[in-house]
Amino acid sequence: MLTINMAIAIPFIIAALIPFVYKRFTRVHIGWFVLFVPAVLFIALARYIPAMAKGNTYLRSFDWIPSYNINFSTYLDGLSMILGLLITGVGTLVILYSIYYLSTNESLHRFYLYLLLFMGSMLGVVFSDNMMVLYVFWELTSISSFLLIAFWFHRKKSREGAQKSLLITVSGGFGMLIGFIMLYVMTGTFSVREVIATISTYTDHQLFLPAMLLILLGAFTKSAQFPFHIWLPDAMEAPTPVSAYLHSATMVKAGIYLVARFTPVFGGDATWFWLVSGVGLFTMFWGSFTAVRQVDLKALLAYSTVSQLGLIMSLFGIGSAAYYYDFSTSSIIYTQATFAALFHLINHSTFKGALFMIVGILDFETGTRDLRRLGGLMAIMPVSFTIALIGSFSMAGLPPFNGFLSKEMFFEAALNIGQLDIFSLSTWGVIFPIIAWVGSVFTFVYCLIIVFQTFFGERHLERLERPPKEASIGMLTAPAILALLVVGIFFFPNLIGRYLLTPAMASVYPQLALEGNLGQTISAWHGFNTELMMTIGVIIVGALLYLFRNYWKGVYKLFPASWSLDALYNYLLEQLEGSAYSITNFYMTGSLRNYLVFIYLFFIALAGGTFLYTGALSIDLSGDAPIGIYEGLIVLVMIIAAISILFAKSRLTAIILNGVLGYSISVVFVLLRAPDLALTQIGVETMTTVLFLLCFNFLPDWKKEDAPKRSKALNMGIAVSVGVLFVLIALSVQNGDLFNSVSSYFENAYELAGGKNIVNTIIGDFRAFDTMLEVTVLLIAGIGVFSLAKLKTKKGDQNLEE
Amino acid sequence: METLITILSGVLVTVATYLLLSQNMIRIILGSAILSHAANLLLMAMGGFEKGNVPLLGENASGFTDALPQALILTAIVISFGVTAIFLVLAYRTYEENGTDNLEALRGNNDE
Repeated sequence: MLTINMAIAIPFIIAALIPFVYKRFTRVHIGWFVLFVPAVLFIALARYIPAMAKGNTYLRSFDWIPSYNINFSTYLDGLSMILGLLITGVGTLVILYSIYYLSTNESLHRFYLYLLLFMGSMLGVVFSDNMMVLYVFWELTSISSFLLIAFWFHRKKSREGAQKSLLITVSGGFGMLIGFIMLYVMTGTFSVREVIATISTYTDHQLFLPAMLLILLGAFTKSAQFPFHIWLPDAMEAPTPVSAYLHSATMVKAGIYLVARFTPVFGGDATWFWLVSGVGLFTMFWGSFTAVRQVDLKALLAYSTVSQLGLIMSLFGIGSAAYYYDFSTSSIIYTQATFAALFHLINHSTFKGALFMIVGILDFETGTRDLRRLGGLMAIMPVSFTIALIGSFSMAGLPPFNGFLSKEMFFEAALNIGQLDIFSLSTWGVIFPIIAWVGSVFTFVYCLIIVFQTFFGERHLERLERPPKEASIGMLTAPAILALLVVGIFFFPNLIGRYLLTPAMASVYPQLALEGNLGQTISAWHGFNTELMMTIGVIIVGALLYLFRNYWKGVYKLFPASWSLDALYNYLLEQLEGSAYSITNFYMTGSLRNYLVFIYLFFIALAGGTFLYTGALSIDLSGDAPIGIYEGLIVLVMIIAAISILFAKSRLTAIILNGVLGYSISVVFVLLRAPDLALTQIGVETMTTVLFLLCFNFLPDWKKEDAPKRSKALNMGIAVSVGVLFVLIALSVQNGDLFNSVSSYFENAYELAGGKNIVNTIIGDFRAFDTMLEVTVLLIAGIGVFSLAKLKTKKGDQNLEE
Repeated sequence: METLITILSGVLVTVATYLLLSQNMIRIILGSAILSHAANLLLMAMGGFEKGNVPLLGENASGFTDALPQALILTAIVISFGVTAIFLVLAYRTYEENGTDNLEALRGNNDE
């Protein structure tokens, strides 16, 4: 049977094959090949469902970097199952849709390569048990999202949106990485399951709170929670299948998945509760409030996604309160919120996916997504209208659609939490149902806007780019399937409840699940209770607000645009670019001398500092060989020659002094009993001197250095320090006999290599490969010298080198 | 003796460093050549100079000086010659194209 590790690997493997397939089959839309990948994976995953409903989980580990506790271990449980099914299921529909949406003129191989890359990494995120592996996949989703948003990279807005999403999500990811490392420091393991098992002993650890905040930062940036939501509307520059897939159904759910996954770790803590539920609730309100003012349908859907993600997030926050009660039966009513969150997670993917696809169809058929230009399309596009109606009314929380069920459960959770008396909820708890209700009213308003301003009202065909017509059957298939699910889930919610949600509850509350069944029976009718009253209130007030929207729209003009978070982001980005530019210019001066000064100063500081700090300087001169009279004389000559070079008035003097140095070294070699070196040195030195003299024919004589005195003094200081440090280090090293010399091995030269000159046998036999490569280097140098000297740019080609 | 040779190579490194920091290309090339002299001497000193014979078999000698540093230096000498040759021809071409051998005058490029 297909293992989960393979399920993660398959999209990557297929992605690698795409360029080849694309070249072979030019006439068929490549999407048909790709379609099989998520479809097969979906079926493979779905086969686990019956076993998982019985409470089974599957863990499979694969050693990757065992010395750092990093293993490619996958864990299939109820929670990851839901996400896995969404990724593969919605993935299948989106690819089907994209086959009709993207024509073969687009660079499809890139598109599907990125899409598969994303699919594999997203599966990796939800199935990884090891936090480091999870992090790698997490960033891979950000990168593939970046590539997909910038798919039409010739548009400036696409590039900017891609950059924005990358900057925000990746910096959140960095925070999350640090949070993971903190958890590792506390618990000594990277495995999420093991962290959950042992975390209760570390809740007083000083790293507990920072780890929580950093992990939440990762989750909030990824799931577009306030104030990090600003990247999601700009990400709508991506092709619509991408928006439907990444930016509503799957990737933005990764942050929510992370919160759900880490609820057993941090749940029960007041900070966690208030941050997750508070940020979620405010995001829900702010997203729906901002969505109402949008005129671009996709931007409207983006803000509505932000709002819905906030709703799910807040439900997980409320559900975490159950952990406060040490697994007693009274906490069961608060786990209801988590149940609702998981349920809404699925519902949102169905109705929002359908809505995005319909907006894509509208864009495709009419050439615009602007609400001011659309209108009256119901008669022309009846099927699209029906699907849009189902999706919108489900989002608004109306029966008979699945959104109604989860919205009622959301109200119930918000009402229940007000009755708690922990986390100072007795004073603040009343806020929850109020914000939830206000947010839902605005949600209702923008749902009406989607349906009525697009499909009802006057038709202005002249404002559209092209005459509208109903989309093809192939294009409508995917959203129609999602719309059927929206209705189907309303009538059979407990099928999902039993097989998907209940196993997932066991992942969020592993301890509670052992004591009793956390599953619930979802029903549409509870009698005339407060929740139903709230829904009816939403409908009445929402409808009134929609009808009289022109009277209160001035609210949006209260705050100038320069106060927005987008303006802040742009300002920060500008500042960042400006300061990076000036800092880089400060040290990237283009002057070779400056670069060398940096290098030498760092060398002095680091090497010298280390030697002083560790006390490694220990000089012992007792093992020295005695100094003979010839050696002393020749060394004196060389020192004088070397120093005189610095004061040479002409380059000829300098080159002769350099020759003195070179030939003296060959004398030194003779004195040190190295005849081969002496011979080579004489030959090479002669050649070098000739080369220098040859070049002097073409180069100007050197002038006196006209550098200022101060920089000359600095040069001198650096040169002397480098020399002194060099001597000190070299002398310290000569003392250390850390290991035996290997040289005695080569003294067997005659038996081993058949030569009596040991140096020659080393060069020609023992290390013959080195010599061969050395000759190759010389050959390359020779070719370089020849071509540089001989080949010249012809007249008229002068710009070639610039 | 080792100390003396080490100090000598230290003087060479100082001279080479000073030359490398100058503006004239010929000075810099000279600096790099002197730097390789210093490195060769250092390698030699690392081998130790205890009295022994030339590393030639068949001379009926009992002990030899260390042959391994000699083999390494042999390689280094040849390679540094190649480096100097490339440097010189680069200097020649740079002067021919730009009309100056002063590195301060050659700063920056046309892309900026």
